[in-house]
Amino acid sequence: MSTYSLAEAQDSLWLARLRRFFRWLTTPYVFLSLIMVVVMFYLVIIPLWSMFVTTITVSELDLRVIPEASLGDMTSYHWRRMLIGQIAKIMTYEPLVNSLVISLGATFLALIMGGGMAWLVVRTDIPGKEIIHMLATVPYIMPSWTISLAWKVIFKSTSVSGGVPGLLQFFTGIAPPIWLSNGALPIIIACGLHYYTFYFLFVSAALLSIDSSLEEAGDLAGASRGRILRKITFPLVLPAIASGFIMTFSKTMGTFGGPNVLGVPVGYYTLSTMLRSNMGIGNYGDGFVTAIVLILFSMTTVMINQKLIGTRRSYETIGGRGFMAQKMKLRGWRPVFIVLIVIVQFSIAILPLAVLIYSTFMLRSGNYSLSNFTLHHWIGQSDLSINQGDPGILLNKAIYRAAWNSIRLSLWASFIGGVIGVILGYAIVKGRGTRLSKIVEQLAFIPYLIPGIAFGAVYISMFTKSFFGLPPLYGTFALLVVVSVAKHIPHSSRTGVSSMMQVGSELEEAAAISGANAWQRFKRIIFPLTSPGFVSAFLLNFITTMRELSLIILLVTPATAVLSSMTMRYIENGNEQQANAVIIVLIVLVLIGNAIISRFRGGSLKKGLESSK
Amino acid sequence: MPKPTIIIENVTKTFGDVVAVDDLSLEIDSGQFITLLGPSGCGKTTLLRCISGLEEPDNGEIVIADKIVFSRKKGISLPPGQRDLGLVFQNYALWPHMTVYKNITFALEIQKMSKEDMDQRVKESLAQVQMDGYEERYPREMSGGQQQRIALARMLAYRPSVFLLDEPLSNLDARLRIDMRTELKRLHHDSKATTVYVTHDQLEAMTMSTKIAVMKLGVVQQFDTPNQVYHYPSKLFVADFIGNPKINLLEGRVSGKDLVQVGKFHVPVNTKDASGEVVLGIRPEDIEISLEPVEHGEEFIAYSVLPSGADTTIIARQGEFELSVKEIGVSSIEMDQKIWLCFRKDTINLYDKQTENLINAG
Ligand SMILES: Nc1ncnc2c1ncn2[C@@H]1O[C@H](COP(=O)(O)OP(=O)(O)OP(=O)(O)O)[C@@H](O)[C@H]1O
Ligand SMILES: [Mg+2]
Repeated sequence: MSTYSLAEAQDSLWLARLRRFFRWLTTPYVFLSLIMVVVMFYLVIIPLWSMFVTTITVSELDLRVIPEASLGDMTSYHWRRMLIGQIAKIMTYEPLVNSLVISLGATFLALIMGGGMAWLVVRTDIPGKEIIHMLATVPYIMPSWTISLAWKVIFKSTSVSGGVPGLLQFFTGIAPPIWLSNGALPIIIACGLHYYTFYFLFVSAALLSIDSSLEEAGDLAGASRGRILRKITFPLVLPAIASGFIMTFSKTMGTFGGPNVLGVPVGYYTLSTMLRSNMGIGNYGDGFVTAIVLILFSMTTVMINQKLIGTRRSYETIGGRGFMAQKMKLRGWRPVFIVLIVIVQFSIAILPLAVLIYSTFMLRSGNYSLSNFTLHHWIGQSDLSINQGDPGILLNKAIYRAAWNSIRLSLWASFIGGVIGVILGYAIVKGRGTRLSKIVEQLAFIPYLIPGIAFGAVYISMFTKSFFGLPPLYGTFALLVVVSVAKHIPHSSRTGVSSMMQVGSELEEAAAISGANAWQRFKRIIFPLTSPGFVSAFLLNFITTMRELSLIILLVTPATAVLSSMTMRYIENGNEQQANAVIIVLIVLVLIGNAIISRFRGGSLKKGLESSK
Repeated sequence: MPKPTIIIENVTKTFGDVVAVDDLSLEIDSGQFITLLGPSGCGKTTLLRCISGLEEPDNGEIVIADKIVFSRKKGISLPPGQRDLGLVFQNYALWPHMTVYKNITFALEIQKMSKEDMDQRVKESLAQVQMDGYEERYPREMSGGQQQRIALARMLAYRPSVFLLDEPLSNLDARLRIDMRTELKRLHHDSKATTVYVTHDQLEAMTMSTKIAVMKLGVVQQFDTPNQVYHYPSKLFVADFIGNPKINLLEGRVSGKDLVQVGKFHVPVNTKDASGEVVLGIRPEDIEISLEPVEHGEEFIAYSVLPSGADTTIIARQGEFELSVKEIGVSSIEMDQKIWLCFRKDTINLYDKQTENLINAG
């Protein structure tokens, strides 16, 4: 008898365990977290691994140079060649140094300008704050290489072999030296001017959120102004500066447009342009080594930065609480700062666009007189002597197809990204404190550490062949959607998390008590309440994807070309005016999209927005 | 339909190192209104959430209406929706994107009730909380008190047989709170639903409950009627926690049959067969004051006099010795006046100093 009941007890113990496990598994946040872990593995971890494997595997191309090897063998050939071989210097080390120089330079420039301007706007009595604020966000709607293109129009020079004069040379007769027309300095300036927006937004939010009583307390304690700045203000804005640093640095490390426009023509290569040129000739082994070097460097920098600052999630934007701080009187310095700001903002937000538009009306590049004026690049019929016979871009079918691709891609990527963001937000917030939630959060952060162009490279390695049940996606439009969604997961999830945080957990619990199952709770409670977050994630993703280049440049084919990749193709063909016209079209589309989506957000969703407060 | 009994057996719930509910057992009879009372952080909310199924205990068993809703041993845990209970949250948790009507019909829609029936239910439940005509309002368009009523109506509408209420009145102002107390008691009386009510307001607990469970650190200290809890607190903690002004706790030692020595004087107490170190618990209203020397009276000085309208609290001192005394109505005693205090033997509770348990019960 005793043996019997013992067996029964064992049995029910297992049954109980099984039931508990099953219940855990079907808890919505657990279930969703697990799905997300799988998705992240598919989208990030496995591609990274497969890229690494490619670098140590003998490919068909390698058979010619490693005769004794056979296909699929393991080899250290690519790593040796790229890191210690004869060509290592030009293939890896010089581009690496160039990338670091550009990233640090641009980050520093952006810091000075963005931080300085934020301080002026928030803390001093400078006039015209609204306009400054508005103009400061203009770079956000421009593709990152817009300023590079404009720089090219102005400063290009006959000092470069085969070069034509730019605006400056045309009107002054002086040919700008190469260091001014191409290479490190122009790239740093172009990128720095573009990315200063992040610094401006982060630092001004942080400055706004500082309770001025903190500083006043310092004042009362008899501390000097400089001491207060150093001991109180600076530590408080440090996280914002760190966020700006990570963002700008990792973006410039992976940026392709600027270095391609201003560096490549004079043989000034960065890791990103070198990666492209290796991939372009089908040398994946070498290319992936470059990509891995790029990833490792930008990862370590970001991590060192975070160690130093000590906040893991310092890339989080700090919400402004809006205290009215004592405004500092600029007095005699006021005109100086006003002139400075006008110059800076004019040359970032207005001049580049004006110059680009102007250049599109010039029939032949390098001649800026009225006699050269034409509408050919916009509406001209095909003429074999111009633009290889392409008609004006408003008559060009390829442009319409690319524009449609851009829009389609952005809509898909933003929609899927928004949904994933909501799901990730739910999984992370509901699971707060559990190990699973931490894992999901960390996985979602990884794409942030991988520079854009390298992220694209990762996807080539994975999707050229059929992979874990997925068809070979290379060359398809779907691949562009996948890569755009994956790259923006960190942002989507942050938006998802912050909008979930605003939905008190009792709201869902109340629904559970009322007998609603998981899907009903999602549909009726969670989704409606997080929809404002969904819309802003959508908007953000839409704009970013529209003007994305680095991420997809390695993955587009003629059939899936988007507007941003068209500009690069035209530039590389030497059709500068055509490229400039396309970028204007791109910017106009972004503006229209922005207007439509914000209208949507302000209209029918207004009620949802208000009531979810 | 008979209302369910709730049986909680050896339930434990921990959060990391914190033991929020500690091996707790409680039996709640059908149709009772019981209150979980205790200081902040003692595990009241956690226990309520365990009953509701929003939290899964680490151990133990919970039975509602003869149905096991949770059992660690059997691996069972019914989802909240299948436990036939309603919960009102401390912050109401009304869905901000739905009108009152939608808030109330949410549960009914899930039960696939017909439109006419739903309209009927909404009308009824709004009438019960005196909020007729508010169907189309959004939660943000109502005051806290009104939202509170809607939260109640939302629960009443689907007629659960167990009500769980987590400090439902704590966000209301004092006046409204008294009104709502009356209504809640009435609602319970009418519906006879078995009710578990969480509060840390002892007056609320005293006035509303059939039984009070006084909790401390996740453990029920005493589970009894309000009268018993007030007059015969079974533990020093309960004696100290219940009552306003606070009970007088005097340390002393048993000095003879029915006599305890406290400081210099001897207090007559029903000592049963206790000996050694003890603590006396004397309610302020159980001490008699006289303005002249009386037999068995101890001389004190009125250190402070605190009138509150209906009664007056007098803080009496004798050396370092301090007692609160409550007198009905307005007192004529003035500060620094000499007064004589008498203790009533049969009203004094005696606690073992070591175990802190009541030793002269009954
Ligand atoms: N989700 C949670 N995670 C971690 N600790 C928790 C959690 N919920 C409760 N606790 C802890 O468990 C203990 C009991 O909390 P509980 O909310 O049940 O107290 P309470 O009696 O309702 O208090 P109050 O009167 O303040 O509402 C507290 O120490 C609390 O910090
Ligand atoms: Mg509580």
